[in-house]
Formats: sequence, C-alpha cells, structure tokens
Amino acid sequence: MSTTTKMTKAYELRLYVAGQTPKSLTAVANLKRICETHLAGQYRIEVIDLLKTPQLAAGDQILALPALVRRLPEPIKKIIGDLSNEERVLVGLDVQPVKD
Amino acid sequence: MKHKQRSEIASILPKSPTGITGLDEITGGGLPTGRPTLVCGSAGCGKTMLAVEFLVRGATEFGEPGVFMMFEENAAELTANVRSLGFDLDQLVKQKKIALDHVRVERSEIEETGEYDLEGLFIRLGHAIDSIGAKRVVLDTVEALFAGLSNHGIIRAELRRLFRWLKDRGMTAVITGEKGDSTITRYGLEEYVADCVITLDHRVDEQISTRRLRVLKYRGSAHGTNEYPFLIGKRGISVLPITSLRLDHAAPTERLSTGIARLDEMLGGLGVFRGSSVLVSGSPGTGKSSIGATFAEAACRRGERSLIFSYEESSEQIVRNMRSIGVDLAPWVKKGLLQIHASRPTLQGLEQHLVALHDTVKAFRPAVVVVDPISNLTLEHSETDVMPTLMRLIDFLKQQQITSLFTSLTTGGSAANAAEDSQVGVSSLMDTWLLLRNVEFNGERNRMIFVLKSRGMAHSNQVREFVLSNAGIDLVDVYLGADRVLTGTARVAQAAHEHSAAELRREDHERKLRQIASKRKAIEAQIAALKSQGEAEEAEVKFTIAQETLQETATRQNTAAMAQRRGGARAAAHATKGKR
Repeated sequence: MSTTTKMTKAYELRLYVAGQTPKSLTAVANLKRICETHLAGQYRIEVIDLLKTPQLAAGDQILALPALVRRLPEPIKKIIGDLSNEERVLVGLDVQPVKD
Repeated sequence: MKHKQRSEIASILPKSPTGITGLDEITGGGLPTGRPTLVCGSAGCGKTMLAVEFLVRGATEFGEPGVFMMFEENAAELTANVRSLGFDLDQLVKQKKIALDHVRVERSEIEETGEYDLEGLFIRLGHAIDSIGAKRVVLDTVEALFAGLSNHGIIRAELRRLFRWLKDRGMTAVITGEKGDSTITRYGLEEYVADCVITLDHRVDEQISTRRLRVLKYRGSAHGTNEYPFLIGKRGISVLPITSLRLDHAAPTERLSTGIARLDEMLGGLGVFRGSSVLVSGSPGTGKSSIGATFAEAACRRGERSLIFSYEESSEQIVRNMRSIGVDLAPWVKKGLLQIHASRPTLQGLEQHLVALHDTVKAFRPAVVVVDPISNLTLEHSETDVMPTLMRLIDFLKQQQITSLFTSLTTGGSAANAAEDSQVGVSSLMDTWLLLRNVEFNGERNRMIFVLKSRGMAHSNQVREFVLSNAGIDLVDVYLGADRVLTGTARVAQAAHEHSAAELRREDHERKLRQIASKRKAIEAQIAALKSQGEAEEAEVKFTIAQETLQETATRQNTAAMAQRRGGARAAAHATKGKR
C-alpha cells in the first residue's frame, strides 16, 4: 500500500466473508488480483470474517456473502459474490479499467 | 371424544402461546413451538402487527425473548407504528428482551458478480438470537429479498436452508408473506414453511371494513378452520373465535335490583341474577333507555361501577334526559362510578365496536354494563354477523360476572308478535327479556311491560303499565276490561269508577247499620211499653186487693159492732177472737 499519494484517490475496501470457505478464498484472491491490476497503490483492503465478528454484519447491511463494500470514496458501493467477473467488479467499484 | 383428541394432540405437539386474544383459542394453545409459521395477507391487513404482538407477548408474558428482523420498515418506524398498540419496543430492546434488526436490500446499490449465498443473513440472525437468548423469531417480510436480489434460485435455496436452520435452532418463528394472485404468497413461501399457515384478510363490506383471520393449515394439530374477525385495538390484536365459545362461566345466585322496585317484584321479587344478561326490547319511545339508565344508577347506588355504551345519544344528553325522569346520573359520573361512552355505530365496524367495548370493560371493571341499543349496531350488518359478535360479547361479560343490559329497538309491525319475532336471533342469548310495548287505545298511547322470559326464577306473567314520571319509573297494575287491558286514562277512569263503587257500597253498609240501630231502638221502646203496661196492671191488681182487704176489714168490724149491739160482751169477745 502506498502511503504518500493515496489520500485523494484512496479506495477503502472491506471484504466480508464467513470463514475460510472456498467461496471466501476465491473472493479474496479475486479482489487482490483486481486491485493490484487496476488500483495499484490506491487501495486498502480489510477482510472481515463475520464468523468471528458477527456484530459487524448489521453496520454495512451485509446479507449475502462474500460481500465487498467500497467505503471510500463515497458513496458506498456493494458488490456481492465471489468477484469472479472482473468487469462487473470494476463497474461496481466505479473504477476505470487500466488498459494494458 | 373430540375434546379428548384435542388434548392428546396438544400434548404431542408443543405449542407456544402467542398471547393474542382469541388466536390461542383457535389454534388450541398457540403456534407450533420450534417451528416456523407463515402469516400471509395483502398489504395493510395486519401481518406486521400480529408478528410484533407475538414477539412482545412472548417477551413480556411468557419469558421468551425474540428477534424481529425486518426487511421493509426500519427499527424507528416499526417502534413508532406499534406504539399505538401500547408496545414500547425501545424499552424492550433496552431490557434485552427483544432485538430489532433492519435488513435493507436495495437492488440499485448492489452489484452481483459470481457465486454468493445468504450466510450474512444467517450470521446476523444468529448473532441477534445469541445476544438475547431468543426463543422467537420474526422475519417481516422475507420476500423483500426477491426484489433486492436477482438470483432467485439462490434465494430459494437459501430460504429453504434458513427455515431448516430455524427449526434446528428450535426457534418458534413467524414469517410474513405478501398474498399472491393465485398462490398463498407471491413467491410461494408456503413451499418452505409448511407447518402452520395463517392467512389475514381485510375486506370492505358496505363501506365497513372487517379484518379476518383464518388458520389455513396447522400440521399435526386440530384447529378452528373458520374465518374469524379480528381487530387491531388499543391493546393489540384480538381475534373473535366465536365457534370455540365455551359455556363454562360461573352462575352466581346473588340477585341484583333493577332499580325499579315493582320490576324486581315481577322478577321473582329479587331482581336479576348477577352476571346475567337482560334484553329490553321495544318500539321507539317505550322507555328502553330509561330502564337502562335506571339499571345503571341502581348499581351506582350500591356502590358498584357501571358503564353505559350509548349509540344514540351523547353522554351529556343522556344525563340531561334522565334527569327529567328523576334519575340524576351526574353525581355518579363525578364520583367515577359511572362512565358513559357514546359513539356513532357507523364510526367503525362491528368488531371494532366490540373491541372498544372489551377494552373499556377491561380497563374500568364495571359490575353492570348497559348497551343502548344493540339494534343500532346491527344497522350496518346482517344478523349473521351480529349474532356471533353479541354471543362473544355476552360470553365475555359473563366470564367477568358482569351483569349486562341490552336495549333493542324493534321495528314494530302490526302483527301481535312482531316485536317478539324480530328479536329471536339475540333473545336466545339473553337470560331475561323484558318487552316494552306501546298500546294505543282510547285516544292515547301507553307503555306496557312484560317479562317474556327470565331464566332461573319465578317471574310474573302479568302485564304492567310502565309509567315514566319526574319521580322515576314505576310499574302500575293494569285493569282488565272486557277484552283488553286498560292503561293510562282508561285505567284512571276505571280506578275512579271502582272508587265510587266502593264509596256507594260503604254508604249502603252504613245505611243498613243505621236501620238496624233504629230497629233495635223501636224494639227497645216496645219492650219498655209492655213493661210499663205490666207494671200498670200489677198496680191495679194490688189496688184492688188492698181495696177488698179494706172492705173485708170494715165488714168484719161492722159485724162485730152489730153483734155487740145485739148480744153482749161474749159474743163480742168471740167475734174478736175469731178475727184473730
């Protein structure tokens, strides 16, 4: 994570999962890959395991899992599923894909 | 037989009481414990209210905390909405008796990509359940998920899992669902929740709305299958399970005065039984309300509380009008012994009236209730509607041992029995039935009162005239004429007639007595005359005797003198001796 240039462009992401299920692991892997590709140096990911901290589920209105919440920049956006469709994740995060 | 079956079933299938008046009676004890129950109906039929009351009663009355998971309203809205039922959710949440969780699913905010499940919902629910040790769960309305998420296949699979999970955790759950066009619920929730299904309905008949409840299905238990009207009142929901009406109320032997001494006399001399129901029916202006008010006032005089429900006059009007017959209600109202509730019968549906009645009676705990008149309640309803409602009401009052008096306006008709016939529907529910009737005769209308029936006491079969004056109500004996009873001025005329006849007779007697007296005097005079005559005769006889004695003496003296002159002393001495 970059510490110098992030302030204005920073993406603060939270990934909610329930335990180490295959779906959770897929989602975490997918998210890391997408962020590294398109948001290098501009993001921060927090993975929350609701099995350990179930009280956090209500705050972000989590229902379906895995769920990705873009807390910053506002407005809050939510993406549910294992994030296997990169295009839709980018649309959900409102991120312009970096063209190779 | 049926009873036995029911109790066996009840023992096999544990039930959790809802605490909702009437619903537990229909379901034979409540909803199936540890199983989900589906409550469905169209918008605004009271699903949420029923669910909330189930939770609140569970938490407050049965020591079973509950989780309310809402998908439509948020917690603040729900709390505000149910405050009208007297439920303070904030307080219950603070006491950890109820947990509220608002689940918001907004399709526009959610992007779906790839595989997901609803584990988040399970975690939230599980967390809420664990945080307060809940035994009851409400999901209102879980169908919102279908609108919020596009993959219905996943939702269905997850709902199936959710209901299974609730069962495994032993949660007594209420799941609400919107009514579908051809199915019970729009999204077919009944497929997953099959243990108990309750449908709610909100119908408008002749501009008056009635809510109805029906237990469509109750796996493993007998249940009432009818549609039951229910109400959402100030104290929550009450269902009116008419057909499960029990007839097991106590029958006190204590008697109550009706407030009219002569009427008590007609009712076996003691008045009506406490806890019985009295019907006063009659055509307009026969004095039904006056009897009702007197009845209520009599209770106040005994120091008991009484309650008047008026559907015709405002309370002030009643107080004013009753003053005209010498019944002053105002002091009792001031003392708090009397309450008068006046409302328009068309204000609300019959059930709503009934629930208002229930609520008021429960709050005030009166000994006597007067409903004036029930016929106004029936105006908007067919008799089939009114009968069960009244039955329910009377039963309720009897259970509380409250003596009730209902007035009923008969629509009259010329036939002699019209008044009786028009009340046949409700009369069977009544213990005592007084009939008031106007009799038009001799150029005036007069009121007459009969006791048509009075269960459990010897009651008069006589017709009495019912007289309203500024000194109150009185009953007067009527006169039987040649072929009709005499009332009013005819009665007064008859009374005067009889009075003069009596006067005549009295004079006749006196005259006879006088005759006898003078006769006696005449006889006495005669006796005196005879007596004096006797005395006169006696005196005459005595006089004669004396005269004759004198003559004799004189004769003898003459003889002696003559002998002396003729013969000497011897002869004279002889004569003297002989005289001796």
